[in-house]
Amino acid sequence: MESLLEIRDLSVSFDTSQGELKALRNVNLSLYPGEVLALVGESGCGKSVLCKTIMKLLPENARIKNGRILAAGKDITDYREKEMERLRGRLFSMVFQNPMTVLNPAVSVGEQIGEAVRVRYPKMKREEVLKRVLELMDLTGIPEAEKRCKMYPCHFSGGMRQRSVMAIALACDPGILLADEPTTALDVTVQAQILDLLLMIQKKLKTATLLVSHDLSVVARVADRIAVMYAGKIIETGTSEDIFYDPRHPYTRGLLRSLPFFAEKGEELYTIPGMPPSLTRLPRGDAFACRNEYALAIDYEKEPPMFRISDTHYAATWLLDPRAPSMENISLAWPDMLSGNRPEGGGENSV
Amino acid sequence: MCEVLLDVQHLTHYFKINSKIKIRAVDDLSFQIRRGEIFGLVGESGCGKSTAAYCLMNIYRPFSGKILYRGIDICDPKAYRRNKKMLQTSRQMIFQDSASSLNGRMKVAEIIAEPMEIHHIRPPRGSLRREAEFQLHYVGMEASYLDRYPSQLSGGMRQRVAIARALTMEPALLIADEPVASLDVSIQAQILNLFKHLQSEHGFSILFIAHDLSVVKYLCDRVGVMYRGRLVETAPSGELFENPLHPYTKALLSAIPCPDPRRERHRVWQEYDPALFEWPGEMVEISPDHLVRKGEEKIEN
Repeated sequence: MESLLEIRDLSVSFDTSQGELKALRNVNLSLYPGEVLALVGESGCGKSVLCKTIMKLLPENARIKNGRILAAGKDITDYREKEMERLRGRLFSMVFQNPMTVLNPAVSVGEQIGEAVRVRYPKMKREEVLKRVLELMDLTGIPEAEKRCKMYPCHFSGGMRQRSVMAIALACDPGILLADEPTTALDVTVQAQILDLLLMIQKKLKTATLLVSHDLSVVARVADRIAVMYAGKIIETGTSEDIFYDPRHPYTRGLLRSLPFFAEKGEELYTIPGMPPSLTRLPRGDAFACRNEYALAIDYEKEPPMFRISDTHYAATWLLDPRAPSMENISLAWPDMLSGNRPEGGGENSV
Repeated sequence: MCEVLLDVQHLTHYFKINSKIKIRAVDDLSFQIRRGEIFGLVGESGCGKSTAAYCLMNIYRPFSGKILYRGIDICDPKAYRRNKKMLQTSRQMIFQDSASSLNGRMKVAEIIAEPMEIHHIRPPRGSLRREAEFQLHYVGMEASYLDRYPSQLSGGMRQRVAIARALTMEPALLIADEPVASLDVSIQAQILNLFKHLQSEHGFSILFIAHDLSVVKYLCDRVGVMYRGRLVETAPSGELFENPLHPYTKALLSAIPCPDPRRERHRVWQEYDPALFEWPGEMVEISPDHLVRKGEEKIEN
């Protein structure tokens, strides 16, 4: 299958007063039509920078050091602002984390959605725009659209606002939807609704979605494939099943293990020791080595390449090298996950 | 263990928007926190969790109702004045957003030692700086951070400084308003371990406000579920998660995302339709310690 968006060997750096900040280091990623790819990692690992690089919304002190971005077969790496303007909204559009800051509080919601429609169809008549706005509001599950489109963002609840933002993002029928933590600012119940909406839109419009999140449990419901990022690098990619049932990188395992969902009452939660490295002074070798319980000597010398586990599953850790000590010993520390058996206590919530 | 530290009786707080419209943020809220337990308060945003916490800290003056802390009615101005020092030092609060609850112009050492200065408490470890260093170590940070400003710290570290500040007073009751909501999973685990440690080693009583139910399930001994300013169900946390009775609790529990893609994809979450149930109804004790608000629709037991 041909990919809709392909990122090859992309490196992005920021020039700061402390020197060069390597926000992205040799990122490879492809997004296929109709799939949801989730990008997971701690804050500051470069998830949002990747989204902004694709949209070319980076601040001035950032530069693309090397690599290519291919969108729908075209190389857009060197596109100028004017050419990008034509692509934004149509080829890809973005849903941001906080719906409060994205919407203009002084303009009614219907007008804001209409504005996005008019970008795509500048010659559309007024009534047609309104019709399209109502259609979009209907699609994103805003009830009583005729009444609501005259209301202002302050009249909307957080979930409704996020729905309006999604309506704006979908106004120009984008092929790719970049969703940057769309549910972080929301409640559990509303979060579930928005995720379902995302899935529904996905099925209806066949948009390819890049979902950015720091929460692995959010991603489990919607993602087809997952890419885990650490310190500006993608360290593991695979299908949802690969990542959740057979995580190979110690960082991915650490993330999963530290979820309170798996913890037994009374036992201490697992924590990944140490802190993420500063991106201005990255250590030699593997950036995760000093936090890795299973670090090998080579981890401190040389960065691991991506090792192939299966056709869909890749991970960058020296533990997968044939010369490394066998993974069996390490698997023992993680029996529940690897075998796919869950502790009994986790089951009662599924209906 | 069974001694009641905080007894909230029929707490009600209104916000007046104008002369006609009043918003009932907290409506007839009653619960108890026992010594040495972690009580979790959950509910959707805007259901009055934070307002209740503010009332407990004397930040808001409740419209009606009683809050008894160690038998003292803290809403009574006279009783409050008489026990002011004890009340102010033995209750501490940790706010949700550590970026805005720490003074950006003070260094970490000053922030942590400030409560001691305010209450003229002689630092037990010699100097205020030594005290700050001790508390910082306690929450798992190095002494080198003492001379940093909050803006130089990451979110998790700022939250720890806020916790360290609350700990200097060695409070009996800690009120934590969504302390882990804005943190990454790995840092969240560290902070939760710290709370657990505070409870088991130092016998802190904690009111833990959260909207993330998997956190509550892990950490809390008893849980109260709030909806529209009222409690709809309180129960020991094991009981609540295994045997939820109120429809709203069920809806809330069914919305917990679980990190298991195969199960997640087939999970159906229930919606709570308030129109189907009589509101407010009355609190009924189903089993010891398990209270449910009973509405029109019968709850099968």
